[in-house]
Amino acid sequence: MSEFRVVHYINQFFGQVGGEEMAHVPPEYREGKVGPGLALEANFKGEAVIVGTVVCGDSYFNENMDEAKETILAMVEKAKPDLFVAGPAFNAGRYGVACGAMAAYVKEKLGIPVITGMYIENPGADMYKTDIYIISTRNSAAGMRDAAKKMAALALKMLKNEKIGASSEEDYIPQGRRVNLFEKLRGSERAVNMLLQKLQGKPFTTEYPMPDFDRVPPNPPVADISRAKIALVTSGGIVPKGNPDHIESSNASKYGRYDIHGVMNLTSDTYETAHGGYDPSYANADADRVVPLDVLRDFETEGKVGSIYEYFFSTVGNGMAVKSAKAFAEDFSKELIKENVQAVILTST
Amino acid sequence: MVKEIERAGIPVVHICTITPISLTVGANRIVPAVAIPYPLGDPALSKAEEKQQRRKIVLKALDALSTEVSEQTVFDME
Repeated sequence: MSEFRVVHYINQFFGQVGGEEMAHVPPEYREGKVGPGLALEANFKGEAVIVGTVVCGDSYFNENMDEAKETILAMVEKAKPDLFVAGPAFNAGRYGVACGAMAAYVKEKLGIPVITGMYIENPGADMYKTDIYIISTRNSAAGMRDAAKKMAALALKMLKNEKIGASSEEDYIPQGRRVNLFEKLRGSERAVNMLLQKLQGKPFTTEYPMPDFDRVPPNPPVADISRAKIALVTSGGIVPKGNPDHIESSNASKYGRYDIHGVMNLTSDTYETAHGGYDPSYANADADRVVPLDVLRDFETEGKVGSIYEYFFSTVGNGMAVKSAKAFAEDFSKELIKENVQAVILTST
Repeated sequence: MVKEIERAGIPVVHICTITPISLTVGANRIVPAVAIPYPLGDPALSKAEEKQQRRKIVLKALDALSTEVSEQTVFDME
């Protein structure tokens, strides 16, 4: 039997083109395997071979999504693969969106099986989990070995038309579909076992998780923006030069609160970004490109807004745990309420 | 963060480049930005043109904050 043909999609970082400074590169096709393809192919155990790899910059893909999808689809189609694999993307947001979007598009257009892998909190997971199989990975590339093994195993099952098990068996992110199965123990026994675990304070897994509909309804609009006090918040990591609070460049554990009394403009002499997830040169040259204080000061003078709250809040949204982001905003929102801030402009990179 | 600010009772507008992520996160008022490393700027333009563009985006954000919405809304630039 001949080997199955696989095409692999990776970003500029894993393609060894470069870091954030190269995130703008358009897609290129390379023969054979590159970077994480080695681990994947090793786990195919001779049954499948990576015939080609598409390498594309994360920013390029996300900023030119329609065009990138068409270009990459043509590259993939030409290689005549039996399966398309993307990533794994771990907790890299733009990479996760690219992997999910591309895998879903190849599946739709070429009708071949596709697979990717990412961390459950990656925005790409929520966006594409119902369309494609996404192996649940750790939040960093330290989980590559485990991810490659699980992705390759599920890929081979799909290639050989074998039955795909439930999400808990294959370790993919649940797709919201129900599958009938026979349990070894009957319901009453399982319920009592679960109760005993719970009473002893031990871990147990519910069989009926409550759906997570965490949506907040929109607040009423600001009645008169020309009289409103407005606060600025960013996940783009803008900090006073030198990063006095030492906000981490990734997976940040804190946020900063910075005095902008009398500051008219964020200049390269006074502000910079601490963010490690995008090319910092543009924000370092002029931080107003991320936190638009200069035009808001003009609007204040022109009477288009009432006033600007005298502190802005900043953190680094790169690979940040949802739990941290939630806690930071809960915390500073108390101050905003207390200080009668009527509206917030939040900018993200 | 955007959801927690909204939950606290303050209307908030999210200016970001990848609007699908903002929709997934749960922002209600969304204004599309220019590019990931410079959401409110463009190094290819002159300083004056760049500021003009930034004014437009922030004006759109103020407009979003002044608009009643019943569901997640992306305020596209015309």
